[in-house]
Amino acid sequence: MDLSFSPEENTFRAECRAWLEVNVPRPALPSGDTRAGFTAHLEWERALFEARLAVVSWPQEFGGRDASLWEWLIFEEEYYRAGAPQRVTQNGIFLLAPTIFEFGTPEQQARVLPKMASGEQTWCQGWSEPNAGSDLAAIQSRAARDDAVGGWRLSGQKTWTTRGAFCTHLFGLFRSDPDAERHHGLTYFLVDLASAGVTVRGVERLDGDEGFAEVFLDDVFVADADVLGEPNQGWAVAMATTGSERGLTLRSPGRFLATAQRLIDLYHSRGDDPQLRDRVVAAYIDAEAYRWQTFWTVTRAVEGVRAGAESSMVKVFWSELDVRLHELALDLLGPHAELLDGDTGAWMKGYEFALAGPIYAGTNEIQRNVIAERVLGMPRR
Amino acid sequence: MRFAFTDDQIAFRDAVRELLEKECTPAHVREAWTNATGRIPGLWEKLTDMGVVGMLAPEARGGLELTMVDLVLILEETGRCAAPEPIVETAAFGVPLLERADRTVATARTLVPWADTADVIVTEAGRFERDAVELVARPSVDGARRLFEVRGTPAPVDGDAIAAAFDRAVVGTAAQQCGLAQRMLDMTVEYTKERRQFGVPIGSFQAVKHHLANARIALEFARPLVYRAAATLDPVHASMAKYKADEAALMTARAALQCHGAIGYTTEYDLHLYMKRSWALARSMGDGRLHRSRVGAAIL
Repeated sequence: MDLSFSPEENTFRAECRAWLEVNVPRPALPSGDTRAGFTAHLEWERALFEARLAVVSWPQEFGGRDASLWEWLIFEEEYYRAGAPQRVTQNGIFLLAPTIFEFGTPEQQARVLPKMASGEQTWCQGWSEPNAGSDLAAIQSRAARDDAVGGWRLSGQKTWTTRGAFCTHLFGLFRSDPDAERHHGLTYFLVDLASAGVTVRGVERLDGDEGFAEVFLDDVFVADADVLGEPNQGWAVAMATTGSERGLTLRSPGRFLATAQRLIDLYHSRGDDPQLRDRVVAAYIDAEAYRWQTFWTVTRAVEGVRAGAESSMVKVFWSELDVRLHELALDLLGPHAELLDGDTGAWMKGYEFALAGPIYAGTNEIQRNVIAERVLGMPRR
Repeated sequence: MRFAFTDDQIAFRDAVRELLEKECTPAHVREAWTNATGRIPGLWEKLTDMGVVGMLAPEARGGLELTMVDLVLILEETGRCAAPEPIVETAAFGVPLLERADRTVATARTLVPWADTADVIVTEAGRFERDAVELVARPSVDGARRLFEVRGTPAPVDGDAIAAAFDRAVVGTAAQQCGLAQRMLDMTVEYTKERRQFGVPIGSFQAVKHHLANARIALEFARPLVYRAAATLDPVHASMAKYKADEAALMTARAALQCHGAIGYTTEYDLHLYMKRSWALARSMGDGRLHRSRVGAAIL
C-alpha cells in the first residue's frame, strides 16, 4: 500500500494549480445553462483546450496529454479547488468520448474527438423520451433504413436533454429494428442538430435556466458514418456510457471536497453555530470517504479490473452527498437561504442543481435495484 | 499511489478466515456466551501459533514485525466471525505498547472486556497487572463480552504511547465493525433469497432490496477510510474510520433485523450474536460523537 503521489504527479498538480490560479475567471461566469452563459463557458473551454487541460486523460493526438487516471483525479481536485467553472462540455467529454474510444472507428475518433475537446462541437445526450425515463429500453424514436443514400432517417422525440438548446450535436439511441422489443434492435447515432428536420425547444428547469430541451426529429438523415458501433447493438454501446455517467468520470471527488471546504468557510462566516457543527464534520468526512473509495477503485482500474454494477453505489453516494452538503449550507444560511443574490446566492442554485443528481443518470431507486440484484445477487422478481 | 493490499496480505487474511470459519462458528460464539471466560477455548493459542497475536511485535520478541496494514485485514475477519477474544486489545493496542507478544492485554476507556483473562489491563487511569486489581463484573448485552470495572492502583504509562495505542485500537475496532457489517449483510441476503412470502422470495421486493443496498453502500464507503487509517495511523484518519464503520455496522444491523422479520428477533437465530457485538463496539473505543469531535477539532 502506497498512499503517496509520485514526484511527477506532484509536479503535474503544481502546474495545474498555478495555471488555474491565474486563469480561472473572476468573478464567476454566469450559469452555463443559459445561452449567454453557455457562450462565455465555451471561451473558457477554449482556454483550457489551448493549455492542454481540457481533456488531460485523452491521447495527445485528440487534444489530451495521455494523463493517467491518477493525474486526471489530481486535475479534477485542482479544478474544483480553484473554483473553476462547470464544464458545459462534460456530457461529450465524459459520457460520449469513452464510448467513442471503445466503439468508434478511427475515422470517427479523428473527426469527432478533437472538435469535442476544443468546444467547437458540443454534445448533448439524447436518451430520455416522454415515455422512456428510468425505463430506457422503452424508447420509441425510430431509425428507418434508407439504402438509396447509405444512411438512416430518424423520427421521434427526445426530452430532458441537458443543454440541448445550445449544443451542436446529439448522441442518442433509436429503435432501428421495428420488430425487436426492449433493448434489442436499438442503434446508437451521432446527430448534427443543424440537420434538416430537427427542432429544438428549450425547457426551463427548476432553477429557472433553460438547461433542458426537447428535441423533435422529423425524418432526419444520418449517414452510416455516424452510427456508433454496429446497427442494432446500441444497447450494449449505450451501457458502456452509463458506467461513465454513474461512476467516477462524471463526478470526481474533487467537486465534493471543494464543496465541503466551502461549507466549512460558510460555517465560520456564519459564526460557528454549535448546533450545526457535527453535521459539518459529518459532511466533510463523507467527502473524504468518497475520495478514498475512488482511490480504491482507481487502483483496481489501473490494474485492469473494470468496474461493473459497483458504479451504482458510487452514483447513489455522490448524488445524496451533494444534496446533504447543500441542505446543510441552506441551514447555515437560515433566513438568507432563499436569497439568490449576494455572496451566498450560489448555494440555493447549487441546491437546485444537486436535487437533480438522485434523478438523472438512472434514478437512485433504479440504482438501488441494480446494487441489490447485481452486487448482492438478490432475485430480480 | 497504490491503494490496495498485496497478494501476501490477502493470502494471510484468507488463511485466518479459513481458521476462523472452522474455529469460530456461531456455535462456538454461543458457547462463549455461557462458559466461564466468554472466550473460545483453544482459539487464542491457534491465533498465536499463526502469528496473528504478535503480528506487530519485533521478530526478536517473537513477532512478525508487520504493520497495521497487514493486521487490519485480519481484524476485519475477527469481526466477521464475532470472535470473542481481546484481539484488538492485544494485537493492535497492547503488543506495540508493551513491545512484547506474550501477554494478553485487555483495555477500554471505561468498562474493560475480558479483563479477567488478560495478563495486563490498561485504562485511561494507567496500567494494572491482573493479580493487583479488583474486578467487578458487569453484564454486557453481548453475552460473550465479559465486562469489568477495574479498581486498584495503576502504574503510570507514557501518555503519547497510550494515545498511539488507542488510535490503533480505534482502527482495529473499525475494521471489526466492517467485518460484522459484511457478515450481517451476507446472512440477510441469503435469508431474503430463501424466505418466501406472497409466493415469491422476499428479496425480490424493492423495499427489502433498498434496505440492503443502503447497507452495502455504507460499507463500500467505510472500508477505504479504515484501510487508509491503518496505513497512516493518523488520529484524525482513525476517527473518520471509526465513525463511518460504526455507522455502516449499525445501519446494517437495523436493516438485517428488519429484513429477517421475527426470526431475527429470536436468540435461537444467529443474527443477534453479530448485531449485539456491533452495538457494543459502536460505543467503545470512542463513539461517533467523540470521533466526529476529534475530526472537527482538526478541520474547523
